[in-house]
Amino acid sequence: MEATVPGHADTHAHGHHGHPPSGLMRWVTTTNHKDIGTMYLWFSFAMFLVGGMMALTIRSELFQPGLQILEPERFNQMTTLHGLIMVFGAIMPAFVGFANWMIPMQIGAADMAFGRMNNWSFWLLPPAATLLVTSLFVPGGAAAAGWTLYAPLSVQQGMGMDMTIFAVHILGMSSIMGSINIITTILNLRAPGMNLMKMPLFVWTWLITAFLIIAVMPVLAGAVTMILTDRHFGTSFFNAAGGGDPVLFQHVFWFFGHPEVYIVVIPGFGVVSQVVSAFSRKPLFGYASMVYATASIAVLSFFVWAHHMYTVGMPVGGQLYFMYATMLIAIPTGVKVFNWIATMWRGSLSFETPMLFSLGFIFLFTMGGFSGLVLAMAPVDVQMQDTYYVVAHFHYTMVAGALFSAFSATYYWLPKWTGHMYNEKLGKVHFWLSLIFFNMTFFVQHFLGLAGMPRRIPDYALQFTEFNQISTIGAFGFGLSQLLFLYNIITCIKGGPKAPAKPWDGAEGLEWDLPSPAPYHSWETQPTVK
Amino acid sequence: MKVITITDNRKLVAKLVLFSTLMFGFGYALVPFYSVFCALTGQNQIGLTDLPTNTQVDSGRTVNIEFDANVHDMPWQFHPLQSQVAVHPGEVTQILYEVVNTRNVPVTGQAIPSYGPKRVAEYFKKLECFCFERQTLAAGERRRMPVVFVVDPALPKDIGTITLSYTFFEVEGIHAASPSSGQGGA
Repeated sequence: MEATVPGHADTHAHGHHGHPPSGLMRWVTTTNHKDIGTMYLWFSFAMFLVGGMMALTIRSELFQPGLQILEPERFNQMTTLHGLIMVFGAIMPAFVGFANWMIPMQIGAADMAFGRMNNWSFWLLPPAATLLVTSLFVPGGAAAAGWTLYAPLSVQQGMGMDMTIFAVHILGMSSIMGSINIITTILNLRAPGMNLMKMPLFVWTWLITAFLIIAVMPVLAGAVTMILTDRHFGTSFFNAAGGGDPVLFQHVFWFFGHPEVYIVVIPGFGVVSQVVSAFSRKPLFGYASMVYATASIAVLSFFVWAHHMYTVGMPVGGQLYFMYATMLIAIPTGVKVFNWIATMWRGSLSFETPMLFSLGFIFLFTMGGFSGLVLAMAPVDVQMQDTYYVVAHFHYTMVAGALFSAFSATYYWLPKWTGHMYNEKLGKVHFWLSLIFFNMTFFVQHFLGLAGMPRRIPDYALQFTEFNQISTIGAFGFGLSQLLFLYNIITCIKGGPKAPAKPWDGAEGLEWDLPSPAPYHSWETQPTVK
Repeated sequence: MKVITITDNRKLVAKLVLFSTLMFGFGYALVPFYSVFCALTGQNQIGLTDLPTNTQVDSGRTVNIEFDANVHDMPWQFHPLQSQVAVHPGEVTQILYEVVNTRNVPVTGQAIPSYGPKRVAEYFKKLECFCFERQTLAAGERRRMPVVFVVDPALPKDIGTITLSYTFFEVEGIHAASPSSGQGGA
């Protein structure tokens, strides 16, 4: 049995079995999956606040028509960095944090397969974030080409773009290393008896996500490397003056970009599947179909990229293909939504905070999915391209999708991590405020988009003022509500009612067999799953 | 159950790293793939492939169009370059007439169309015609002039042949014998 647990041998080798070194060096040198998971989560929360401040700056500028607080260049830098930081700095690291904490505990492994690489994966993130944030202060300012870094803008801007490219390289390296670690852990370190089709959905969705990451992050790295060599080394991949094609960048970028949006949300599917099942006190309806649906979404994501590009110039045949392929994704997604609803059907439901956030996820993510179907239609998209309708659509999937599922996961597993129960009342207040302010911020943006307000512009026509003011007030409400979340977590870490090993009576899975808080080293003897 | 060792982990990592590296290369491979794909399929020649197609052609029916040309007391030679064409109703067709001014002074003329049989006039739609405006020809000038037309698919079934006839009339009352320097070409 000992031989089956490389992580076990590892901890002996590093000589801190059971006793982590104290102080800062514990965090710098740690190879423990729980420490690294914690660092990932705090890092992503810090980035969430930084990206959130940028969002509030954008919304402040848009409170009134005309230019008030930002030059147009700064405004574009804000939208660019907000996107990059939220996607690569907040959402992705948050889910890698959950993966680090929960995957070894859920599959009965002592630790991640490669502790040292895990440490590296995390410690690459702060330098990348520093590059992104400090690029605001260099001459010419930060990258302002949008998070998609479209050529030719990205080929022309100042050194802020170089810093962004380097940051994207580092972030990509980090997530590739993290994914390789996760795949190896899941495929090789499962407890005896836990075959693939017995894995919790969160583990399954992460396995699929990790494969997506190692398939597409290198493509993004290639795309930004091409921009870098176009900028400094005389190549002409995207430079039309040298025979390149800027549209090529969009193809390469979205070959990465569309799978990327599923990378962001698929682990959230796993969280919601487990939470809905736990708080319905029923096994997940259609487990196998959930696995296959997730895998189909992942596979399909490679074949739909140009639906982001209907208006750049594409023959009708191409538009038709990408339109139908995109609509096809609604089928596996629909399977998932129906399975969640069927799981709740006649369940013994209770509505603690994790469940509330998961329900919010299902409701709002489905709305985001529907506006996605609207945008998938090429003739409609021609009207909507680059309007606030698109902004509303992807915030329904990214915020109400990925972020709400991350909140759900945090509340669900917080008792396991800290050994204390969080303040349930405060959690519910956090949920309701988030739900109301989220919709206040983004629902009205559908109307703005339909009326033709373009995105990424700091000014707008007078008739858009009311909806923009509603949206800005909502954004500030949403941002401030997150401070409740922070307060709730800090008080939960510091104290609170003692959490039992299994605080949710409907929850299933190996992690609940461990005491709360989970010991620093868990599953040194692998459990056996029947 | 098979015992997993650290070597198994390393083998798996080697494969995954190799896969990531290949995908990095794949990003670059998209560049030549893009040009080859576009060259083979013409997918980036969007202006060409998006040309509208006429879906209103009644290809089950053919109508003969005969062209006729006359001048009314004018020093012009006027004739169609083709005496007849066969068209499907709904099809957009272009034909050419040629006109030559045989005088050594500019002459202005106006062409008047007429149809045979007379009742086809409402089914014969001219989209472009030299008869829409006056034509002024310099001394000795030769000009080719297009007529673009569509025969309405509602054309009565019994009509199999249409004659389009033009007659040129000289305008402004200027007679060939008295070239007027003051009133030139208009």
